[in-house]
Amino acid sequence: MSLDRTPAALDALRRQVRLIETADATVRAVLPFGVPEIDDRLPGGGLAIGALHEVAGGADGALHGAAAARFAAGVLARLDGPVLWCLRHRDLFAPALAQVGLPPDRVIFAEAGDEAGVLACMEEGLRWQGLAGVVGEVAKLPMTASRRLQLAAEKSGQMAVAIRRWRRVADAADLGQPTAAATRWRVSALPSSPLPTAGVGRPRWFLELFRCRAGEAFDLEIEACDAKGHLRLPAPLADRSVEAKPGQGRAAA
Amino acid sequence: MVGRLGRRRAIAHMNLAAAQAGLRPGQAVAHATALVPGLVLQNLDSAGDDAALHRLALWAQKLYSPIVAPDGTDGLVIDATGCAHLFGGEEKMAIAIRERLAKVGLTAMIAIADSWGGAHALARFSRRAIFITTPGQTGRELSALPVAALRLNNDLVEALGRLGFDTIGELEATPKGPLAHRLGQDPVRRLNQAFGRSAEPIEPVMAAETLHVRKIFAEPIGAPETMARYLIELTHALCAALEDAGLGAKRLDAWFFRVDNRIETARIGLAAPSRHARRLAKLLCEKLETVDPGFGVEKIVLAAPGAEPLTYKQIQALDGGDKAIDLSGLVDTLANRLGPEHVYRLASAQSDLPERSVKRAPALEAPDGHSWPADWPRPTRFFPRPEPIETVALLPDAPPAAFTWRGTRHRVRCADGPERVFGEWWKADEELARSRDYFQVEDDSGERFWIYRDGDGEDAETGSQRWFMAGVFG
Repeated sequence: MSLDRTPAALDALRRQVRLIETADATVRAVLPFGVPEIDDRLPGGGLAIGALHEVAGGADGALHGAAAARFAAGVLARLDGPVLWCLRHRDLFAPALAQVGLPPDRVIFAEAGDEAGVLACMEEGLRWQGLAGVVGEVAKLPMTASRRLQLAAEKSGQMAVAIRRWRRVADAADLGQPTAAATRWRVSALPSSPLPTAGVGRPRWFLELFRCRAGEAFDLEIEACDAKGHLRLPAPLADRSVEAKPGQGRAAA
Repeated sequence: MVGRLGRRRAIAHMNLAAAQAGLRPGQAVAHATALVPGLVLQNLDSAGDDAALHRLALWAQKLYSPIVAPDGTDGLVIDATGCAHLFGGEEKMAIAIRERLAKVGLTAMIAIADSWGGAHALARFSRRAIFITTPGQTGRELSALPVAALRLNNDLVEALGRLGFDTIGELEATPKGPLAHRLGQDPVRRLNQAFGRSAEPIEPVMAAETLHVRKIFAEPIGAPETMARYLIELTHALCAALEDAGLGAKRLDAWFFRVDNRIETARIGLAAPSRHARRLAKLLCEKLETVDPGFGVEKIVLAAPGAEPLTYKQIQALDGGDKAIDLSGLVDTLANRLGPEHVYRLASAQSDLPERSVKRAPALEAPDGHSWPADWPRPTRFFPRPEPIETVALLPDAPPAAFTWRGTRHRVRCADGPERVFGEWWKADEELARSRDYFQVEDDSGERFWIYRDGDGEDAETGSQRWFMAGVFG
């Protein structure tokens, strides 16, 4: 069998392959972050909704995954519907989720005894219609498991987020292993936005996109989720308010 | 309680006070009233007692185990195999049953043993409220008990007494052949049952109104696929019956009767009444791996105890305006897989203490609103057990300048606080003067922590003045 080696034939073939690839995916919907610096660099202009995404914390965050959990909560807060949160440790604090836009009436928790249980719960959640998304906290994400989650997410059009957290910092090297996830993020804490007075300002993150299917990796400094789950780019240096110097500080309440 | 023994009126049952006054069952009423003046007599209502015991068995079946049956006229036998862990162990299960019965005015004597006969004997004759034998040791525990504990009729007990057998141990030590020759098979059979040498299936009670379907096999089945196929078939039949009755199942019990006279069970619970055959069959088939068919299953019974009325609901309106999401299927699947206590929502509780501000709520009841603060910092990760930290604190009002947590030293770059939280004196007296100061601190690398001091920093009455790590912010 011979093929026409013309660009038109190749294009037709590509279109066919694309059709086969996306045959059982519902709609290729994306959730924009609302920050052009991120959205412009993601395929489709946002985070794919029917897909699996990985989030990990940097440095000590690899152990507690606090920033990663907040990032995931902020993303899901901007979708509609309830969220299934599968976990192993009871250290997630619901008031903090409410503060980034995931109030208690939107989250169902499922506590599994082991990693395999968490992954199975995530998959089960993705098979049911009506959820906004499913979050799971796991250390290991094998290729097979991630592939299953990715396919389930594609099929149901719900977002799956795997928060990777490990028992030891040394285990965090596991994040380099290939998985079927559409994107892989790392969120590390940075010193908070400076305030004219004493105190802790809006938290800042160093957000790294390690891997992105059909997209380029990048990293940037960003201000953490607000009460509605939105990220914000820090005001550029030029626009920043004058830093308080001794003797000219203004009182602010 | 007065019953008839042959042609005379005799005491059938009595309370502890009567026993202490020297009465015994079987005594003539005339004799008893002569011994104890003012004795209160009640006529025995055997049918009523049996009905009440049957009701109690149904109640216990709902709460504790799918296999429950009346034991004699005064007890219940519960097959606790595979059920005790749901209560945190056999002892906790026994305590829970005893407390529950005490609330309705029943004093229960409970024994957990390897065999029905053993538990029967130990519950009635061990003189302990709760007696739990270590597995395999039932025989040794039984040896010291009187032969009356063996579920034999009174004539046999008396005959054994005349032969000089006082305890079960003595009876066990004698050759069984001559014993059976002289007194019949009963003592040997009961002995074998008590020591667990011969099987004794417990035929579970079933309420008359419980909808159930059964399938009897000509040849015993054992392959998991075959069992699953028949289970699905039975589920469809049961759901059709439920639909006819306008009911929805809250619970499904499947009993697998094995050829060796043992009964294996599988039970699923549902968050909301349902008669969705495919969904129920899927849940049941997930439980099949816990069922051991042994040499084969010859009968399967599937019942829906405690079914509740379920009316038809229109799930799709023409305009599609109503978008209520039904999560009961997902919640059921997860709850049956992980255990119902592991699928939940977290709702707010009225308390300023962070560890008390969160309470669990059923997964299908979405809480309306919450009372958590929107402006005060709350960490993403909260440690249920705060960890002590070493601090360098300069002033009592100020946050520490540096602290050491899990062996790492963090220098505090900036901090917010304090958020002072007072003890809840209405919960415990010792909390009357207590207070805590919570601070949000950020170290040089940007990690943000929630730490608190137990006390106000000055007054020793308010707390130990030590510092703790409460959580980590994202």
